[in-house]
Amino acid sequence: MFWTNTKRVLVSGFQNFFRNGFVTLSSILIMTITLFIICSLILLGGFFNYSLNQIKEKVDINVYFVTNADESNILTVQKSLEALPEVDSITYVSRDQALNDFKDKHKGDELTLQALDELGDNPLGASLNIKAKDPSQYAGIAEFLKGNTLLSKNGTSIIDKVNYAQNKVVIDKFTNIVGSANALGITLAIIFVLISIIITLNTIRLTIFMAKDEIAVMRLVGASSKYIKGPFIVSGILCGIISAIIIILSFAVVTFWINNSYSLYFSGFNIFDYYISNFVWIFFAIFGLAIALGAVASYLAAHRYLRE
Amino acid sequence: MIVFDKITKVYPDGEVALNEVTVTIEPKEFVSIVGHSGAGKTTFLKMLLAEEKPTSGDVFFESISVHKLKKHEIHHFRRKVGTVFQDFRLLPNKTVYENVAFAMEVAGRHDDEIALDVPHVLELVNLSKKALSFPRELSGGEKQRVAIARAIVNQPDIIIADEPTGNLDPINTHEIIQILKKINDLGTTVILTTHNKGVIDSLGKRVISMDSGKIVRDDPTGRYVL
Repeated sequence: MFWTNTKRVLVSGFQNFFRNGFVTLSSILIMTITLFIICSLILLGGFFNYSLNQIKEKVDINVYFVTNADESNILTVQKSLEALPEVDSITYVSRDQALNDFKDKHKGDELTLQALDELGDNPLGASLNIKAKDPSQYAGIAEFLKGNTLLSKNGTSIIDKVNYAQNKVVIDKFTNIVGSANALGITLAIIFVLISIIITLNTIRLTIFMAKDEIAVMRLVGASSKYIKGPFIVSGILCGIISAIIIILSFAVVTFWINNSYSLYFSGFNIFDYYISNFVWIFFAIFGLAIALGAVASYLAAHRYLRE
Repeated sequence: MIVFDKITKVYPDGEVALNEVTVTIEPKEFVSIVGHSGAGKTTFLKMLLAEEKPTSGDVFFESISVHKLKKHEIHHFRRKVGTVFQDFRLLPNKTVYENVAFAMEVAGRHDDEIALDVPHVLELVNLSKKALSFPRELSGGEKQRVAIARAIVNQPDIIIADEPTGNLDPINTHEIIQILKKINDLGTTVILTTHNKGVIDSLGKRVISMDSGKIVRDDPTGRYVL
């Protein structure tokens, strides 16, 4: 009897879905809007992270060494820095490289280049360019460098200067901005998702409210609560699945179109690539949420009218 | 046998819908309940269907105290009672066939039984040709015949008909009453409430008259007297 009843509930759910044209359409519409908001937030989150990473890339600190520092000592410092978990990458710029870079930078500036030639010796020291995994970790790295005890031939520290102090204000400000932007983004996303879920729950409740008399008749005929709720839940799940299909397909088309037509506004962020490379989890998240929303909303609404 | 034992129903606003009603209805009886609007007829039926709880007293169906049934037992009890209402109460998104089959499905009947019984019952109420129509495509009389078909398809012990002819013209009224009589002749207890004097007088069966929540007359072969 279990399979017979399951089959009957499924058939009845499909019938409700197709025969309640207007009610089904309005449920699908509201669920589609909810999923649209959620999917948009996912993509915006991707874009936001991409932009933050781009900016993070530009934040670094440089360690300048004295001109008479041994390369082997500098490489020792580099190695000890690389061992730190906070450090993402380190680029070593040798004295010769620094000189070449300087010359390249001042290609048209004859006066500066002449002054450099008059000095005879290379006045530039080697340097290490350090990128941390997170902007908040630069303070720790600077502190580590302060404690470095390697000395040059004349007994002074091989580290000439660390530009953390100059960059500190900017780095701190940026760290704060990243922190609050993340918090704000997450809060806004949660609020939007909650509002849209509440609207969906209420819409489905209203559609089942329209079937209140029907529920009363089913009870009078002797239907059990499970038998009454079942078809409503099936219809709710079907509405969720259709809405999820609409959103998944339309976002594929829309992100492709946006990427081709408005890529300039995204400063290098390929929204279509992001959508495709994250497709599996977005697909399951959207479908899972849609099915859960449809089922839970229908269950709660039917349950409420059955209790009366 | 149905027994109403000193049933009183007082609504929260203080209105007394039933006042110490005591009555016995024997199996296979055809009982009509008459009275003005607000006399307590519908509350009387709701008590029997366990749709509402009495303030005091008991309703027994055979040896079962209806209002002592647990929530999950009530739907089993309701399958023994067929109901027909003035406003038909059909499921709008199901066809005539599906409406009747629904009552069998919820009673846990098998598909082959349903396939056999539903056409038979539809034939009995002369609706075989409308099996695939939806309620919105039917006339009032046809809708009421679907409701009767649904009420009798599980061969219940009792049929409760709450003003089933209230929305029907005289011809359809006559048809519906004839069907109810036929059902009663086949051995089902029928409890009918109506305002229609002609119907009561033509039946020549037991009539219970109600007024202000009390039974004021109980005639074994009564006529419509208020």
